[in-house]
Amino acid sequence: MDRRDLAWYVDKTAQWVIFAGGISAIVFIVGIFIFITKEGLDFVLGPLNLGEFFTSIAWRPTSNNPTYGALALIVGTASVTGFAMLLSVPLSLGAALFIAEFATGKTREVLKVLVEMLAAIPSVVWGFVGMSIMHPLIMRIFDVPLGLGVLNAGLILGLMAAPIMTTIAEDALKAVPDAYREAAEALGATRWEVIFKVVIPASRNGLLAAVLLGVGRGFGETMAVLMASGHAINIPTSPFDSVRALTATIASELGDTVRGGDHWGSLFTLGILLFVVTFVINLTADIVVRGIRKK
Amino acid sequence: MVDGVGQEQPRSANFGPLYEGPPIIEVRDLGISYGGKPALRDASFDIYRHEIFGIIGPANSGKTSFLRALNRMDDFTTGMEVRGSIHINGKDVNDWRNLYALRSRIGVVFPLPVGLPLSVYDNVAFSPRLRGIRGKAELDEVVERCLTRAALWDEVKDRLDSLGSLLSGGQQQRLTIARALSQEPELLLLDEFSIAVDPVTTMRIEDVLKDLRSELTIVLVTNLVQQARRLADRTAFFLTGEVVEIGATEDLFKRKVQDERTTGYLEGRFG
Repeated sequence: MDRRDLAWYVDKTAQWVIFAGGISAIVFIVGIFIFITKEGLDFVLGPLNLGEFFTSIAWRPTSNNPTYGALALIVGTASVTGFAMLLSVPLSLGAALFIAEFATGKTREVLKVLVEMLAAIPSVVWGFVGMSIMHPLIMRIFDVPLGLGVLNAGLILGLMAAPIMTTIAEDALKAVPDAYREAAEALGATRWEVIFKVVIPASRNGLLAAVLLGVGRGFGETMAVLMASGHAINIPTSPFDSVRALTATIASELGDTVRGGDHWGSLFTLGILLFVVTFVINLTADIVVRGIRKK
Repeated sequence: MVDGVGQEQPRSANFGPLYEGPPIIEVRDLGISYGGKPALRDASFDIYRHEIFGIIGPANSGKTSFLRALNRMDDFTTGMEVRGSIHINGKDVNDWRNLYALRSRIGVVFPLPVGLPLSVYDNVAFSPRLRGIRGKAELDEVVERCLTRAALWDEVKDRLDSLGSLLSGGQQQRLTIARALSQEPELLLLDEFSIAVDPVTTMRIEDVLKDLRSELTIVLVTNLVQQARRLADRTAFFLTGEVVEIGATEDLFKRKVQDERTTGYLEGRFG
């Protein structure tokens, strides 16, 4: 075999490996969807009452007369995620701007490493922080009987989502060619003008992706929310109220169910709901991004 | 005879009636280095109003560094140190307290076209807007005038809303020139503008530059010796940080040089 043959084989093999890698993402996502749907389908087509599912707060799957009202769980997830985003979006975009545009040399390197380390903290540790530090702190500061709730879970989730959002947003800002900055500077723009009129518009796709990744993180996070939210079925009326999230419900109840039973099926229905919402968020983002690009 | 480095006044016979009055740029003992590594040494020369001043020389000879020092881009380049002085209109560039005001009076065209990721219209309206011009009619007028002067208006007038970065390389470079003109600069700096531009567009841009000469002063850094010959009134030859020779372009190409290296470079023996 001469060298050209070898190169040809290497090239072909690499091509196939990369193709397989790319296609596997599709295979996995479709596979997960099929699995979840299959497990939940019997329940969805059988005992599920859609009206009850979306409007009732009575989630009593183990009662003699079981009811499957998921409204409180949906509101629980939404309120915690919303609160977390309120906190973490400005925080992480600000941090990303500082690291990418202002920090130099050592400061920049140290900050980057610290932020990435923050992203590596396991969620159960965050949950522990929520339970053992935030919980008494919130009780003392706000003089409330319970520190586990929307505020606690939202803070914890916000802190968890911030490092990832910061990292992605910083990458997006860094991906804007310096030539754009120099060109704008040469036109007499100040640094703020450069950032707000050139850098941010040029990187808005990446920034949007960062925010959505954060939303996805908040939506899908289980352990920390389970530990910090109080895990009580409840429609919150204040930030100190306990709530229960969709994910936490699945995690805490799945172990106690009969495989293939109604309760089992109902939990998978929650899974389908999570999946669909995530899908819609990503799709919306994609359409928005495309819309921006076309212009 | 040609003007040598350090000579205070260039020979007047080389200049037409356009070069009256004091120089627009006075460079004295200029040294530029990056982290201690010198890029330009002991440069002293003048550039006159309404001339096209060519700077030729091989890579790493300090041409671009000189341009960067002119509009004080060094402030944002880490490790870039500038010694000596540059006066523009008699005022030391380091005395400008508002750096952005200085930059806004100097138009810069970079080697690779940079269409900002904004619409064609917004690209040209960027600088006027920074100056506080908000009126639609006024902006429309500026955009049309600058694009016309940059020989681009006819090609883009129907798609002013499309992204500037989607234009072809040659169009983007003319967009960059239109953008520079929208600053209403006294001074236009061009840094190897034709690297990414086809020959036909290059000629069109060169024609534009010749027309602009009556309105402003142009410093043209180029690695194309023939381009300097076509455009520049005077040409400086930079070599590894040394200003080897400055003289009327015509003289240089007639081999009326002081330094043999100049002829060597012009004839393509090195560089």
